[in-house]
Amino acid sequence: MELVCPAGNAPMLKSAVDNGADAVYIGFKDDTNARHFAGLNFNDGTAQKAVDYAHDHGSKVYLAINTYPQPAGWSRWKKAVDVAASIGIDALIIADTGVLAYATEKYPDLARHLSVQGSATNAEALCFYKQQFDIRRVVIPRVLSIAQVKQLAKDSPVELEVFGFGSLCVMVEGRCLLSSYATGESPNTCGACSPAKAVRWVETAEGTECRLNGVLIDRFTADEKAGYPVVCKGRFNVEGHTYHALEEPTSLNTLELLPELLAAGVKAIKIEGRQRSTAYVTKVAKVWREAIDSCQLNPQDFVAKQQWMQDLASVSEGTQTTLGAYNRPWQ
Amino acid sequence: MRLSLGAIPYLWPRQTVEDFYQLHVNSPVDVIYLGETVCAKRRTLKIAEWIDLAKELATEGKQIVLSTLTLIEAKSDMAGVKRLCNNGDLLVEANDMGAVQLMAEQSLPFVTGPSLNIYNAYTLKLLYKQGLMRWVMPVELNAETLKDILADAAAMGIGDKIETEVFSFGRLPLAYSARCFTARFHNVPKDDCQLVCQNYPEGLAMDSQEGLDFFTINGIQTQSGHIQNLLPHWQQMQQIGVDMMRISPQPHYMVEIIKRHYQVLQGDSMATDLQPWLTAAACDGYWCGKPGMDYIAVET
Repeated sequence: MELVCPAGNAPMLKSAVDNGADAVYIGFKDDTNARHFAGLNFNDGTAQKAVDYAHDHGSKVYLAINTYPQPAGWSRWKKAVDVAASIGIDALIIADTGVLAYATEKYPDLARHLSVQGSATNAEALCFYKQQFDIRRVVIPRVLSIAQVKQLAKDSPVELEVFGFGSLCVMVEGRCLLSSYATGESPNTCGACSPAKAVRWVETAEGTECRLNGVLIDRFTADEKAGYPVVCKGRFNVEGHTYHALEEPTSLNTLELLPELLAAGVKAIKIEGRQRSTAYVTKVAKVWREAIDSCQLNPQDFVAKQQWMQDLASVSEGTQTTLGAYNRPWQ
Repeated sequence: MRLSLGAIPYLWPRQTVEDFYQLHVNSPVDVIYLGETVCAKRRTLKIAEWIDLAKELATEGKQIVLSTLTLIEAKSDMAGVKRLCNNGDLLVEANDMGAVQLMAEQSLPFVTGPSLNIYNAYTLKLLYKQGLMRWVMPVELNAETLKDILADAAAMGIGDKIETEVFSFGRLPLAYSARCFTARFHNVPKDDCQLVCQNYPEGLAMDSQEGLDFFTINGIQTQSGHIQNLLPHWQQMQQIGVDMMRISPQPHYMVEIIKRHYQVLQGDSMATDLQPWLTAAACDGYWCGKPGMDYIAVET
């Protein structure tokens, strides 16, 4: 089972590699990837150095090209694929079928993974991508229960990569337009959810207001920690009740499910968080490396160590972690 | 341009659904989409009954299209989608790539719904080769992008081989989740949801703490709080090459809304204002290249 860690810059990549990542995923400094944030990501030169460092130390580098190009921007997505091929990237993580078609035709030997932004949740969809683009792997959306992951692993024509740790999207990735409804920019079009330029914090007598393009997303009292106004994580009013109507700000942690995921044949665990810090990736990579090694050695006796859980909790966004949709009893 | 009636996004009682279609099978829409697109747990009509209803309506001279589920997770969900795709007769609206695959395997033509991510003509061409005959543009794209996509499609030689449909009226389908937000509001677990969404024939309003009608909760789907109205842009749509305007069902005033669209497209009316029949503010921001919730148009 492969450990796939995030890197938003060179120090993060180095830490991920040094602490046991089998592969590190990165993006370029533009809207071709779903973490298009100021000060983050790689240019052609730093990406080349990242690949060299990872390869010298036995790790792989995957490049996320996981937003949806419109005609006006097509040349940037094409260039991202071309550069990836020229600098020795080990696999592309792609969402758009147009980009997949281009990559398949031009660089048939460069491995292709379907991004989580491709929203593939069933075997028939995966057959489509396998037949059309011979994808090697899919990153599956964080909406499937563990029972559904197991079933999909049985039926899938390609390897599965699942999210193990990090922020939690409550919506199906690639099918959420809440951000562009409020701001004009979404993960699909611009690689940004609730973009920073639309965010405003205002101190008022009633507390700290978090606004997204003027819309009040949440209001925090003095004893609450004011969070970032991600549109799905605000407190809204439904028939007179003000609460987290869609999602509490929690983090995902599936460490306890590791033996089940391993037994199901899941090929890779993905850690979310290219926008996080070097300290974050160091800690998370180390814990998950130890956990995967321990689980592979002796899956029957695997227990999530208290220390691991504490370490992961210390870098979680929000105070609590959850199994997310994985623990749903329903179908 | 022609008019279509999208699938009912809400859970309405069986009788209401049947009455709705008996009424609109005689309305000026050319195409009627029907089926459960949001939640597999809604079984007011079973899959076989949707197919029967569709076949019955098809005898009235309109094009009837069976719409499939958008988020397909369990194998049992997929079994239902398969039955729709294997109906042997009627056209299918694929709302997930899984349904595209099922139609392509049978070499049958299909329509793609707004949740299929088609953002460029390369994707359009690839799906055309699989059998796409009409696509509904993703709702977050704007007029300029659509113009570019159709120009590229024309250059690729497929411009006149596919039809373009735009989601023109109704609450916008914005997001899908494994979680049911209506059940969450009622503090009931999703596996024992008691179909509480049937209490909200137009969804459940989710406002900002300042009272802005921001979103609408519809089970696992999140819709816009504002109601999209692109009728003021109909001439621009026609110039760009849009073939069909989609009207998404709401419980009230559908006869009036469809009639107004028809009159405008026929040149019998210049009035593009739907205000008397809207239960929330209008929006058209996406079409105009702005945040989706904005309203830019000047109505006539």
